[in-house]
Amino acid sequence: MSALRDIYLTSIRVSWLSQLQYRVGLAIWIVGLAIEPVVYLVVWTTVADAQGGSVGGFTRGAFAAYYIVWIVVRVMNIALTPWAFEERVQRGALSPMLLRPIHPFHVDLADFIAMKLVSLLILVPVIGVLVVLFDPSFQGGALDVALFAVATWTGFLMRFILVWALGLVTFWIVRIGAIFDLYFAVELLLSGRIVPIDLLPPWARTAAALLPFRWSFGFPIELALGRLDGVDAAIGFGMQAFWAAVGTGALVLLWRRGVRRYSAVGA
Amino acid sequence: MTTISPAAIVVDHLSKVYRVPEREAGLMAGVRSLVGRRFREVPAVRDIAFAIAAGEVVGFLGPNGAGKTTTIKMLAGLLHPSDGRARVLGFEPARREREYLRQMTLVMGNRNQLAWDLPALDSFDVARAMYRIPRERFLRTRDAFIRLLDLDEVVRKPVRNLSLGERMKVEIAASLLHLPKVLFLDEPTIGLDVAMQRRIRAFIAEYNQRVGATVLLTSHYMADVQALCRRVIIIHRGRLLFDGPLADLIARFASHKQVGVTLANGAQPSAASLASYGTIVEVGEGRFALSVPKADVPAVTARLLADWPIADLSVDEPSIEDVIERVFAGGDHDADGAAADAVAGRAEARP
Repeated sequence: MSALRDIYLTSIRVSWLSQLQYRVGLAIWIVGLAIEPVVYLVVWTTVADAQGGSVGGFTRGAFAAYYIVWIVVRVMNIALTPWAFEERVQRGALSPMLLRPIHPFHVDLADFIAMKLVSLLILVPVIGVLVVLFDPSFQGGALDVALFAVATWTGFLMRFILVWALGLVTFWIVRIGAIFDLYFAVELLLSGRIVPIDLLPPWARTAAALLPFRWSFGFPIELALGRLDGVDAAIGFGMQAFWAAVGTGALVLLWRRGVRRYSAVGA
Repeated sequence: MTTISPAAIVVDHLSKVYRVPEREAGLMAGVRSLVGRRFREVPAVRDIAFAIAAGEVVGFLGPNGAGKTTTIKMLAGLLHPSDGRARVLGFEPARREREYLRQMTLVMGNRNQLAWDLPALDSFDVARAMYRIPRERFLRTRDAFIRLLDLDEVVRKPVRNLSLGERMKVEIAASLLHLPKVLFLDEPTIGLDVAMQRRIRAFIAEYNQRVGATVLLTSHYMADVQALCRRVIIIHRGRLLFDGPLADLIARFASHKQVGVTLANGAQPSAASLASYGTIVEVGEGRFALSVPKADVPAVTARLLADWPIADLSVDEPSIEDVIERVFAGGDHDADGAAADAVAGRAEARP
């Protein structure tokens, strides 16, 4: 265990140094990322104003809070895209990874944790500007904020596992793009990214409760906004754990079979 | 003094067949392939066998597409054999057990595993953590490699700013920090200038001496092979053509020697006047070179000395490149023939 910790700490330190090399690019990317929620925010506040000040219990200030926290969660949600596996599997970039006495998943995860640490630093001034511009109203207490902090990391881990496992399908299907597109389209609708989950129709809310997407995106935001009680929070963490376990099972199985296939056809 | 070491690498009836999809060109063929995909089996390695003792440095030679890299990838655990078996340090490579991966390394000339934007020292540290190298041993090894490969300045610059040769040196150092007992080196000097090739060769020899590591090396540069390997294994079209000492290869396959002559009067002899001595290799002003069957060399040199005003005469073995080309040519005509039979006997005689 201490050996794995050493690998993570060393890889995170080295990846952090690597990410810092690209700090300007990363900053521009994050500022660009803020445009999407600002659009949603403008639309929803306009709708709220037209409907007498609120939509489904979301006031203007609540929308502002939702979409500002949204940016933090969005950055925390970023995982290795499954398209990365096309390069790895089809062009042989996986081979050097297979020669190391450590699962490539750990190397990728450490890399992305380092990226989060740099991104969160860059986010601070962006959030500051948005708070001044949009005057959000946060209802959450210190405990909610603490739970939010935990849920963003556990949500990231859950999503990272699922998307990594999804990428492994590349071992069997050459043009995998359509499957990925479908996955991300459903995620976009049922995660709380475009619309807060509470504003979705009942059938979509039920689907969102069962699928993993909400638990890495909408759930941490709702925690931060103080919209969930203890039971809801426990359910949320439970669902994260459930989907992380499902993803881990799929990842282990697909990896074992995929690597066997990779090394059968030509690495 | 030679000591008998147990085999570090044992390859027995090893084969690899790739299954490649194929179809004719054109739209209709494309449509037909949707319902009935056709595959062709391409044998890359066919029933090869050899054993390499611990600490031995062996050159693994063959033309492009001969099956060298496929074999090395099977030994490194990247490819599953279609048939036969391989054991390296007692492990079955295809299982890729961590304990095995910690004791071997594969260096491919065109691969880069270093963090592009950072000095190599940072990548070295990642290797330390991944291979669980005790910190003190790591620092000792790292500093020794930096000294041996003259990397003091190089390891402090971002990898993207290094020249090809510098990057290769750093790559090799990073691949050996865990002091692997088995090295698979696939074209480690490809694209490098002569001085850099020499430096890397010297380093590999030094590493082999110090660690007692087993090395299987492929290279298109015969200078690499001559400097490092006493034994060579030649593979062609997936079959073993020769396995034995480099000196035996020359003795067995070099049936001719090259006789070079410099004339005292600087005249240019005609091709017709030289034809009776042997095959003309080159003719220039005041000099010529002939390829002469080994058995005829004494008689031909005596005749030349008697017939021509000679300032200088030399008799040389053909270059190793020429010999190997000849082996490949033999393999092209008759891969199952005499050359292969001779080798098979040799391979069976090994442990």
